[in-house]
Amino acid sequence: MFKTYKAQAWLLLAPALILLVAFTYFPIGNTVWRSFFGFGVQMGDYLSDENYARLMEDTVFWKVLKNNLLYALVTVPASIVLALVMALWVNSKIAGQSFLRLSFFTPTMLPMISVANIWLLFYSPEIGLFNSVLESFGGSGINWLGDPDTALYSLMAMTIWKEAGFFMIFYLAALQTISPDLYKAARTENASAWYIFRRITFPLLMPTTLFVFVNALLNAFKLIDHLFILTKGGPNNATNLLLYYIYENSFSFFDTAYASALTVVLLLVLIIMALIQFGIIERRVHY
Amino acid sequence: MRKNLKKLLTVGAIGLSFSALVHAKTELTMYYPVSVGGSLTKVVDSIVADFEQQNPDIDVNAIYAGNYNDARVKALAALNSGKPAQLSVMFSIDVHELMDLDAIVPFDEVISTPEEKTWLNSFHPALMENGLVDGKTYGIPFQRSTIVMYYNKDMFRAAGLDPEKAPSSWQELIDMGQKLTKKDSSGKVTQWGAMIPSTGYPYWMFGALTKEKGHKLMNQAGNKTYFDDPKAIAALEFWQDLGDKYQVIPKGTIEWGTLRQNFLEEKTAMMWHSTGNLTAVKNAAKFDFGVAMLPANVERGSPTGGGNFYLFKNATTEEKKAALELVKFMTSPEQAAKWSIQTGYMGISPAAYQTPELKEYVSSFPPAAVARDQLKFATAELSTHQSGRVRKLLDDAIQAVLNGQQSAEQALTSAQKQADRILSRYR
Repeated sequence: MFKTYKAQAWLLLAPALILLVAFTYFPIGNTVWRSFFGFGVQMGDYLSDENYARLMEDTVFWKVLKNNLLYALVTVPASIVLALVMALWVNSKIAGQSFLRLSFFTPTMLPMISVANIWLLFYSPEIGLFNSVLESFGGSGINWLGDPDTALYSLMAMTIWKEAGFFMIFYLAALQTISPDLYKAARTENASAWYIFRRITFPLLMPTTLFVFVNALLNAFKLIDHLFILTKGGPNNATNLLLYYIYENSFSFFDTAYASALTVVLLLVLIIMALIQFGIIERRVHY
Repeated sequence: MRKNLKKLLTVGAIGLSFSALVHAKTELTMYYPVSVGGSLTKVVDSIVADFEQQNPDIDVNAIYAGNYNDARVKALAALNSGKPAQLSVMFSIDVHELMDLDAIVPFDEVISTPEEKTWLNSFHPALMENGLVDGKTYGIPFQRSTIVMYYNKDMFRAAGLDPEKAPSSWQELIDMGQKLTKKDSSGKVTQWGAMIPSTGYPYWMFGALTKEKGHKLMNQAGNKTYFDDPKAIAALEFWQDLGDKYQVIPKGTIEWGTLRQNFLEEKTAMMWHSTGNLTAVKNAAKFDFGVAMLPANVERGSPTGGGNFYLFKNATTEEKKAALELVKFMTSPEQAAKWSIQTGYMGISPAAYQTPELKEYVSSFPPAAVARDQLKFATAELSTHQSGRVRKLLDDAIQAVLNGQQSAEQALTSAQKQADRILSRYR
C-alpha cells in the first residue's frame, strides 16, 4: 500500500520534475561544468580555473557588475514607489479612473523591443522629444544615450516607466482586498491620512511589496531587451549589464566557456539575493 | 551536325526530366541579414522567386534573420542543432571566425567548369579582399557597400557653397563644416556641419579615417592588428577634434540607428553612412541632396562593408551544387543590377554596371555610381580571428576617446595590447 502511494507520488511529480531537470537543473550543471573545462566553444578534458582567473582581470566585467548593481539599486526602489503611488491614486475615487488605470498599464503591454525603438527616438539628441522639451524651457540639449554620464540613467528611466505600471496592478489588487472597516475605524479615531497609510495600508501591503520586490530585482538582472536597441552596452560599456555581457561573449565572441563563468557569477548573485529576500525580509512580512 | 545537336538536346531534355523525377527537389535554407532601412526583404524574396521559377528542381527557403550579428547567430545555431542550412549571407568580416569554427568551405572546392572559374573572377577585386584567405575564396560578395558622404545641397547653397562640390579633403571638411554649422542666438547649434556615427559600427568609420591616413588596421591573415600606429592615433585625434576643437560634428557619440533620420530632418548638412541607405534616402529626402566620396587626407579611402555568401561545410555535394547555382544567380549582372537599384548597395561586378538597367539608372541618378567609383580607394574591413572581441576592443576605445574619457594614444595603445593578447595564439 505504502509503495503504490510512493510510486503514485513520483508519477504525479514526474511532469514538473522532468521539465525542471531538463530545462533548469541540467543546464545549470552543464554551465558550471563548462566554466571549468571549456575553452572557447570547445570542451577541454582537464579542469582549469582559467576562465575565472580571466574574470578577475577583466575590467569590463567589473564595470558591468558595478553597472548592474547600480541599475538594480535605482530601478527597484524607484519602480516600487512609483507603482505604489500610482496604485493609491487610481484606487481613490476620481474622474477618469479607468482611463488612468489603462494609461498606467499601457507601458507593460507593449513589447520591450518596440518600446525601446520609440524611446530611442525620444532620446535622440537632435530630433528627440526630451531635448525639444528641454529646449523649449531654455535648456541645452543632452546626448542622453551617447554620454557615459547619462546613458545608464537614461536606461533606468525607461525601465522604471516600463516596470511601474506592471507592479501597480499588483498593488491595486491588494488595495482592494483591504477591509474598508479598518479605514472607517481609523477615521472615527480621527487619524491623519499619512497615519492611516503608515499603520494600515502599508503593513497590509507588505506581502505584495515582497512579491513585487523579488520580481523587480530579478528583472533588474534579467531584462536586457532594450539594450539591443538603445545602446548595445555602449558607449564604452557605460550601459553594459551582466546578462548582455554574457550574450556578447557567447554569441558575438563565441566564447561559451567564458560566458559560462559569467553565468555562474550571475547565478551566485541571484542566489544571494534570494537568500536575503526570503531569509531576512520575509520574517517581517505579515500574511 | 544540326541533326546531332537536336538529338543531343532531346536526349539531354529526357535525361534532365528523368533525373528530376528520380531526385526529389533539392531544398536549400539560406539565412540573410538586413542592416539598413527599407524593405529589403521583399527584394530578396522576389529574386529568390525568380530563381525558383528558373530552377524548378531547387526549393529555396530564404530566412530574414535580423542584423549581421543575428544572422550569424541564427545560422550557426541552426547548424549546431542539426537543422539544415546550406548557405547564408553573413558579415563579410566573419570569415576567420567561421573558418575557426570549421563551418564553411571555399568556393574553389565546389566550382568545376571553366565557366565557373571565370565567374569567380568576375567581381570587383576590392570586394573579394575580405573573403580571400590563404588564396582561397570563402566569401562571394552580395550586399556590399562602402561608406559615402551624403550631403544636403540646399544647405550648401544657403551657406554660399558650391552645391556640386562636396569637401574633398579633411581641411575642406572642417572649413565647409564650420560654414554649415549654424547656431541660434543662445549659442545652441541648430544645424550641424556633419555627423559621423559612432555607435553600431564605430570601427568601420574609423577604418575609413585610417585608410585616408594611408594606414591599414590589420593584416590579411587576420592575426595582427595595428591600432597603436601613429597614423591610427592621428586619425582618431582628428575624429575627436571634429567635435571638440572644430565643432563641426556633435561632441560625444552619435547614434547609427537615428542618423539617417537626422539627415532627413535637416539637422546635419552631411552624414557619413553606408551606401546601402541610398535608395531609402532618395525616397524620403524632401530636399536636394548629393552623394560624394569621403574626403581625403593623404589619400581617399573607405573600407568595404556588408555581407558575403558563404557555403556551409555540412551540406551534401548535391546541395552545395544547388547552393552554388543560387549564388551564381543572385550575383549575376542582371540580378546585381536590380538589387543595386532597389537598395543602393553597389553592383558587385563591373558587368552589372554594363547592364542596360543599371546604366540607365546611373545616368539618371549619378549618386548610384559613387560607391563603385570609390572602390579603387577601398580597403578591406577590419576582420580578424575572434573578430567580435577584437572589434569590441576598438569600438570601446573609439567611444572612450570621443567621450573624452581617454586620450587617443592611451585608448588605442591599450586596445592594441589586449588585441595582441587575444591574437597571439593564431600566429
